[in-house]
Amino acid sequence: MQPASGGAPAVTGAGDGGAGGWIGRPFRRVDGHAKVTGETRFADDLALPRQAFLKLVRSTVPHGRIRSIDTARAAALPGVLGFLTGRDLPTPFGILPVSQDEHALALEVVRHVGDPVAAVAATSEDAAQAAALAVEVDYEPLPTIATVEEAIATPEPQLHPYADRGNLHKVLSMEFGDVEAGFAAAERIFEDLFFYDGNTHLPLEQHATVAAPEDGGRLTVWSSTQTPHYLHRALTKVLGLPAARIRVVASPNGGGFGGKSDPFGHEIVCAAMALRLGRPVKISLTREEVFACHRGRHPVAMRLRTGVRSDGTLTAQTLQTALDGGAYGSYGVASTYYTGALQTVTYRLPSYRFESVRAFTNKPACGPKRGHGTPQPRFAWEVQLDKIAVELGLDPAELRRRNLEQPGAVTANWLKLGTVGLGRCIDAVVRGSDFQRRWGRLPPGRGLGLACGSYLCGAGLPIYWNHMPQSGVTLHADRGGGVAVFCGAAEIGQGSDSVLAAVVADLLGLELADLRLCVADTAFTPVDLGSYSSRVTLMMGHAAREAAERLRSRIAEAVAQQLGVPAERLTFAERRVFDAADLARGLGWEEAVIATEARFGTLSSSGSYTPPRSPGRYRGAGVGPSPTYSYSAAVVEVEVDRETGVWQPLHVWIAHDIGRAINPALVMGQVEGSVYMGLGEAMMEESAFRRLPRSRSRALVHKFPSLLEYKSPTCAEMPPVTTYLIEEPDPAGPFGAKEVGQGPLLPIPPACANAIFDAVGVRVDQVPIHPHLVLKGLEAAAKGQPARVGPTRFPEVDFGFTLKVPTPWQGGDGKASNDAEFERATGRRAERGTMAEREQALRAGSVEALTTKLEGTRGD
Amino acid sequence: MLRLPPFRLHQPATIEEAAAILAGEGDAARLVAGGTDLWPNLKRGHQRAEQVIALRGIAGLGGIAGMGGMDGGAELRIGATAALTEVERHALVRDRFPALASAVESISSPVLRNMGTLGGNLCLDTRCTYYNQTEEWRRAISYCMKAAGSVCWVAPSSPRCWAVQSADSAPMLVALGASVTLVSAAGERELPVSALYRDDGMDYLAKRREEIVTEIRLPAASAAPRCRSAFFKLRRRGSIDFGVLSVAVALWLDGEVVSDARIVLGSIASLPSPATAAAAELVGRPLTEEAIRAAAEQSRAAATPMDNTDLDPRWRGQVTPVYVARTLRAAAGLPAPR
Repeated sequence: MQPASGGAPAVTGAGDGGAGGWIGRPFRRVDGHAKVTGETRFADDLALPRQAFLKLVRSTVPHGRIRSIDTARAAALPGVLGFLTGRDLPTPFGILPVSQDEHALALEVVRHVGDPVAAVAATSEDAAQAAALAVEVDYEPLPTIATVEEAIATPEPQLHPYADRGNLHKVLSMEFGDVEAGFAAAERIFEDLFFYDGNTHLPLEQHATVAAPEDGGRLTVWSSTQTPHYLHRALTKVLGLPAARIRVVASPNGGGFGGKSDPFGHEIVCAAMALRLGRPVKISLTREEVFACHRGRHPVAMRLRTGVRSDGTLTAQTLQTALDGGAYGSYGVASTYYTGALQTVTYRLPSYRFESVRAFTNKPACGPKRGHGTPQPRFAWEVQLDKIAVELGLDPAELRRRNLEQPGAVTANWLKLGTVGLGRCIDAVVRGSDFQRRWGRLPPGRGLGLACGSYLCGAGLPIYWNHMPQSGVTLHADRGGGVAVFCGAAEIGQGSDSVLAAVVADLLGLELADLRLCVADTAFTPVDLGSYSSRVTLMMGHAAREAAERLRSRIAEAVAQQLGVPAERLTFAERRVFDAADLARGLGWEEAVIATEARFGTLSSSGSYTPPRSPGRYRGAGVGPSPTYSYSAAVVEVEVDRETGVWQPLHVWIAHDIGRAINPALVMGQVEGSVYMGLGEAMMEESAFRRLPRSRSRALVHKFPSLLEYKSPTCAEMPPVTTYLIEEPDPAGPFGAKEVGQGPLLPIPPACANAIFDAVGVRVDQVPIHPHLVLKGLEAAAKGQPARVGPTRFPEVDFGFTLKVPTPWQGGDGKASNDAEFERATGRRAERGTMAEREQALRAGSVEALTTKLEGTRGD
Repeated sequence: MLRLPPFRLHQPATIEEAAAILAGEGDAARLVAGGTDLWPNLKRGHQRAEQVIALRGIAGLGGIAGMGGMDGGAELRIGATAALTEVERHALVRDRFPALASAVESISSPVLRNMGTLGGNLCLDTRCTYYNQTEEWRRAISYCMKAAGSVCWVAPSSPRCWAVQSADSAPMLVALGASVTLVSAAGERELPVSALYRDDGMDYLAKRREEIVTEIRLPAASAAPRCRSAFFKLRRRGSIDFGVLSVAVALWLDGEVVSDARIVLGSIASLPSPATAAAAELVGRPLTEEAIRAAAEQSRAAATPMDNTDLDPRWRGQVTPVYVARTLRAAAGLPAPR
């Protein structure tokens, strides 16, 4: 597909993009042809001469101390080249500086079934597998924890000594404004318990890594990772090699969804084995192993209490969340904060209290999955709003409109908003689904549900503290007319390569085929922190734009001189640089580059992006800030079988506030993908674990770690989707663009629950909404009992000292008002780990503050 | 990735040759037709094979033929290695045994039905969420009775294995009164499909180890329009999934009155489970709403749902009468109530 040209504005450098005509028009993704023809080389497609194959021996017990590892029988098998165990890689690592609690191979203790214990390399994958099965590991069993309640009841033995309390990894309590006064001002108070089950990412590509040793003690690692930069850091730390000796290349990911954003033990072991053997080593995980890596959505129990006036105006809210974190920290501290942080960005909450706990359990670690920590509280919030609307006799859309947050507002918890397109999103889906006329009036068994959501456009802070940009792009213009584009961003199927190419081509007036991309390669590309937190289009987009504009001004300067035209009158379009006032007067792109190179020398440029500072200055303020937020609204229509409880979505209308669509085709694809994933979570996906009878077994296993038995929708379940893109350019985004990768998932599960209520009058306050739950509600209704199904208890837990943060409208300054009491009560520095503390350290000239801090880290 | 372990593959050209190899190799050998059951089972290691005997190359083991012409009076023979796709699309099957076409269409996914065979579906290994797992996973539960262990984790104090027979064609073929031909080196015999299964998740087939299913025969008396039949499969998703309940119904009417009826439940026990009492409710009376309701109520007892498949076991039992009633209504040509 060629871009339409001629209609584009001739003014360059304006907010609407360049004259290239790429921004805002659908075009075929730059990696599309290779992907559909099988040319794309995923990590598992790589094969190097003398490549050995690696398999991990994984724990078969949920919690235990390793007594012995016997490799004798395995070593005697044909083709076996070598083994590694935890002692070979004793340095801990982890994605967050505050939770460096993983080992590439267990040092002494295993914490879940599937935890890596030893590694074996062999000349073939079959030989490696046979040897892995022949390694004998003896464990001393330790008590196991399967749920948050069990973690509270089992403070000892601790899974990790750095936990806030016992086996509670993280415990927090914070209050913004005066919640008590807010509830006192309410005319009605609604309190509900909710549960959102965990689920997994299910990318089609299973994780794979290839590592090759090179001369000079160097190493290259290709891996299916969303975060090559963080993997680079973890490898540097655990292998003890200088970063400059390690090159990490993120191969194109066959789907990520957050499941490939941690550095993993198998990646580190693969690299270590390659160094040990002096030959390339490859590991390809099975689907079952991907379930063992997990890092999926946390199961979260929630208690939500909201005060409203009778006209629907919100006065106060208290949210308590309890996360089942699995056996390791992963992103868990961030996930914990995220279950409360974005509760305030859709509707104005004058006062807000948030309390949370994340428990360690003997299951694979949970982490970030599409929406990271926010779909769970969003489900609770949007279902409760539906209940409020019904109770107050208000239209659910009208209730939301009355409470909408304002563009540019600073929320109770000090998040600075950008544009807010939520009202227009609601209008679009209400109109599209004929909600006002049809809601509450469909025949029995049919129903409509409305829900909304919002998400970050990139986390405001990097994962490790530093003052460097979050994304960088460099360009090199060749005298042959080609432009090489370098950026650290990882293509995980979301289309980052296409956005990168479009931004550069648009500003330089080139065709996509004129560009060659080199991405996600730590040796050649400037750092981009990775494909997580919906940050790439916004941050990489800004960096690409800056780099292209710098290259353009250089060229304009040379061309202006050659043609005798003022530089500001030059337009870059259709592979030419020409005078906007005299279209015939200009140079071809290649000539323009030659003229510039002749004048200035080799032609390259770079651009980078650092997000703006957020106004929050309290402990925990680092989670939630973003340059701007996307908004979504959805209406789902369902049909419920009243004899069986079986339900299905019939149609989804979804509107997404994209700011500006750089490529509407890609944006719509992401919206539909999110709808699909959200439906899966609402309908069937679950994090089901089994214990066997305790009198006979200590087993604690994932119930069905397979692609067939872990139920996720197929195309047969996918209803028609009508997508509306709401474009209201946000100055915070490149060309006005916001994120789309995650936000549109958020409204789907609550919209389904609300639609089921509309269809049959049953409230299911949990997901997935299995048919037996709906039937239970229908039976209760038939007996005249409340037709509500869901959790009846919230874990009994002490959330500890409450940090009090005055709101902007209370005259607050973004800091907590009781830091001193907090420090006395908890023995922790109130600001530790926050931006404020880091900035203080920087002002004091602490070099340490510029780099990763490993506080709380201890070995086993 | 999960790799297929090495084995010796035999590709006999005749059924006699296949039977001779099978007789000679003992327990080390397994038969394969489409491989859609055996290959994943071998990869996960809960089934093992040193020798695999492929049946698909044997001429005359496939094919579908109406004996004695196309008229209503003849039986239908389906070769054991006829692909499921071929069965579901065959005009004679669709016209005369439409519920069998529905049952076969409900198996797995279109792509796998191109490989899978009707004989293979009948011999499908029983399934269980404690069993269809990798070697490492099964180690973590110290294995189960059906493979390398001693306990059935579905019901740990039970002396037997509760794995589920989820071959979708089986309950329908039982309801239609079909039979199978079994061939071994020692000779040939015919068995009603209803006698092919045993109520034991491990030793689930009455077929002897050295016997090969060669043919499925459907009696003329079960052909439409003399017999009214219907099939329903309950599963989580619209494709790919094994069932968690299936209902196969065959009804014979004498004027307005039901002269004979068979209701067979599938995927809810270790064998296709005839709901005899339910069927008996129908016989001798017209197919009224009341008769259907009475039969459906009786069907619950034939279902023994356990916690070893997808979906809530209690719910699976609870909705059994609902789906039996609906399948009966479909067979009777009554509109389905909503």
